[in-house]
Amino acid sequence: MVLLTRTAGALHRRPRLRLSLLLAAPLLWLAVLYLGSLTVLFVSAFWTTNSFTSEVVKVWSTANFRELFTTPVFRQVILRSVGVALAVTVLCAVIAFPVAFYTARVARPRWRPLLVVAILTPLWASYLVKVYAWRLILSEGGLADWMLKPFGSSGPGFGLTAAVLTLTYLWLPYMILPIHTALEQLPGNLLDASADLGARAGRTFRSVVLPMVLPSVAAGSIFTFSLSLGDYITVQIVGGKTQLIGNLVYSNIELNLPMAAALGTVPVVVIVLYLLAMRRTGALSSL
Amino acid sequence: MRLTLKAAVAVTLLCVATACGSSDSGSGGSSDGLNPPDLKAPTKLGATEGQVNLIAWAGYVEDGSNDPKVDWVSDFEKQTGCQVNSKTAASSDEMVKLMKTGQYDAVSASGDASLRLIASGDAAPVNTALVPNYRDIFSGLKDGAWNSVDGKMYGVPHGRGANLLMYNTAKVTPAPTSWSAVFDDASTYKGHVTAYDSPIYIADAALYLKATEPDLGIKDPYALDQKQFDAAVALLKRQNANIGEYWSDYLKEISAFKSGDSVVGTTWQVIANLTADEGAKVRAFVPKEGSTGWSDTWMVSAKAKHPNCAYKWLDWIVSPKVNAQVAEYFGEAPANSKACDHTSDKNFCTTYHASDEGYWKNIAFWNTPIEQCLDGRTDVTCVPYAKWVQAWTEIKG
Repeated sequence: MVLLTRTAGALHRRPRLRLSLLLAAPLLWLAVLYLGSLTVLFVSAFWTTNSFTSEVVKVWSTANFRELFTTPVFRQVILRSVGVALAVTVLCAVIAFPVAFYTARVARPRWRPLLVVAILTPLWASYLVKVYAWRLILSEGGLADWMLKPFGSSGPGFGLTAAVLTLTYLWLPYMILPIHTALEQLPGNLLDASADLGARAGRTFRSVVLPMVLPSVAAGSIFTFSLSLGDYITVQIVGGKTQLIGNLVYSNIELNLPMAAALGTVPVVVIVLYLLAMRRTGALSSL
Repeated sequence: MRLTLKAAVAVTLLCVATACGSSDSGSGGSSDGLNPPDLKAPTKLGATEGQVNLIAWAGYVEDGSNDPKVDWVSDFEKQTGCQVNSKTAASSDEMVKLMKTGQYDAVSASGDASLRLIASGDAAPVNTALVPNYRDIFSGLKDGAWNSVDGKMYGVPHGRGANLLMYNTAKVTPAPTSWSAVFDDASTYKGHVTAYDSPIYIADAALYLKATEPDLGIKDPYALDQKQFDAAVALLKRQNANIGEYWSDYLKEISAFKSGDSVVGTTWQVIANLTADEGAKVRAFVPKEGSTGWSDTWMVSAKAKHPNCAYKWLDWIVSPKVNAQVAEYFGEAPANSKACDHTSDKNFCTTYHASDEGYWKNIAFWNTPIEQCLDGRTDVTCVPYAKWVQAWTEIKG
């Protein structure tokens, strides 16, 4: 008891000690587990493997990165992956905006929480169940084919388009939610003022609503972009023969760990660049 | 100053990682090619150790927890007193990796893993005299290029299967007879052709070229020099344009054939049976060029902590009754010639060509491609598996 009081007293007198004790555990977690594993990832990318037994040979070499930049197939896959992530992000933003506008401003206030819950419900279902459902929808003679048949066309089948569609479906709630919040917080009197000054709906949208909601769109896009860039399971299930970065990492991880590590640094770098770009929009403070 | 601290953290972490990694790289693993370290097989067995740690394909070590009716582990445990701990591996590469940890006593390795395990000194030679049921194993499975080196067996054969050509009988007409259905004529079914998603599939293209382009001089689809390899890769790149999807998960292939997304492509007997059971109109067969296949071997780790129990397991899994059970459950031809008397479906061994050595002559079992050509050529070097892996990524694009 005495000891306890004394310790408490000591801690009270030394705020810096108090702070460092408080932060030690989370900082250790961040430094060792998170930054540490990133460092190991990066460092092991410079190693090589024995071509026959696939054992990692700890000889320093930049061959993996040279291969990464000079092999056409890697460049192609990296560009494709970034393209998919951008396409998913744009599609999500385009779909999410009207939905969020409805749930935040048009729907009756008492319905709004229910609508938000409805948007979130897909997140309660397993990722795999949703992707396999899309596999059924997009398969030969599936729902997509059946719905498009009257118009004389057919579904996209398995492939890149299917992967983009499925990823858009998967990450849509992450885009709707921040936009919904931003639109909900938009002061109504600003819209009134815009109308009083003679602006039509389109003008109000462009000059008032969009600039205020844009940081939230950017915030949502961080989710949709990074989640799409790292995904490899969806593309395996509905992507047909398409390969993305994640698939390359996966196929190298057993046999050529250093190459997998080199490939793994690509999404990290891309996402860091994306975050830096998004920071300029103020998205990080509206997360 | 802050940078140095970060560097220090990184170095410390590295040391941790290195120490974990290097503890198992003891014996001869660093040299390229097939120069297995000189390991000795035991000459007699001692007392059992009370437990055994296994790495196996799904369905090979069943103790009734997946299906109460499928259980050949409990009796083994009762009879030998060896508690079985098994780890299911999803790929040959994973098996190789797990064996390197030294925590396992035995593994059911396919031909594309076994040579690697032998070369790295992770698998020890097996004294077959200590496995009584070994004498009933089909002779075609003994002393294979994938499970023995210089006449020394490195394991006990478990079973074998062929990679077949499966097609949708309603949509693919006339019925194909050749692998050309998925190579030169694949454009007929553009977007609905499927292929096995693994670098080892390059051997399927090589096997086809062996028959159709004799000028290339391919003798063994796992021993390809650069020119032969490039031809196989070029063929697969042309095939890629017609592929709908590749499969490695067998459930995915079943669903694709059921829905009609895939109408022609490689398969295994067990997948063909399951697809037909689910009502799809499919047929699977060995085309006229022959086929690639797999032959699994139970190998004992060079670092086995429970070698006596491991030998007991090797003998148990190839005993007639158990070998019949596991072959029937997994859908492959049993290795033990007496297993055919014990299958619940009396036609099982006929369906799977268990004793039909003529059938297996046409099957090129999976093997690990290495620089020293497996077909005996010494004037050229062959393309090693690591290059196959790279090429496979490029083929898929």
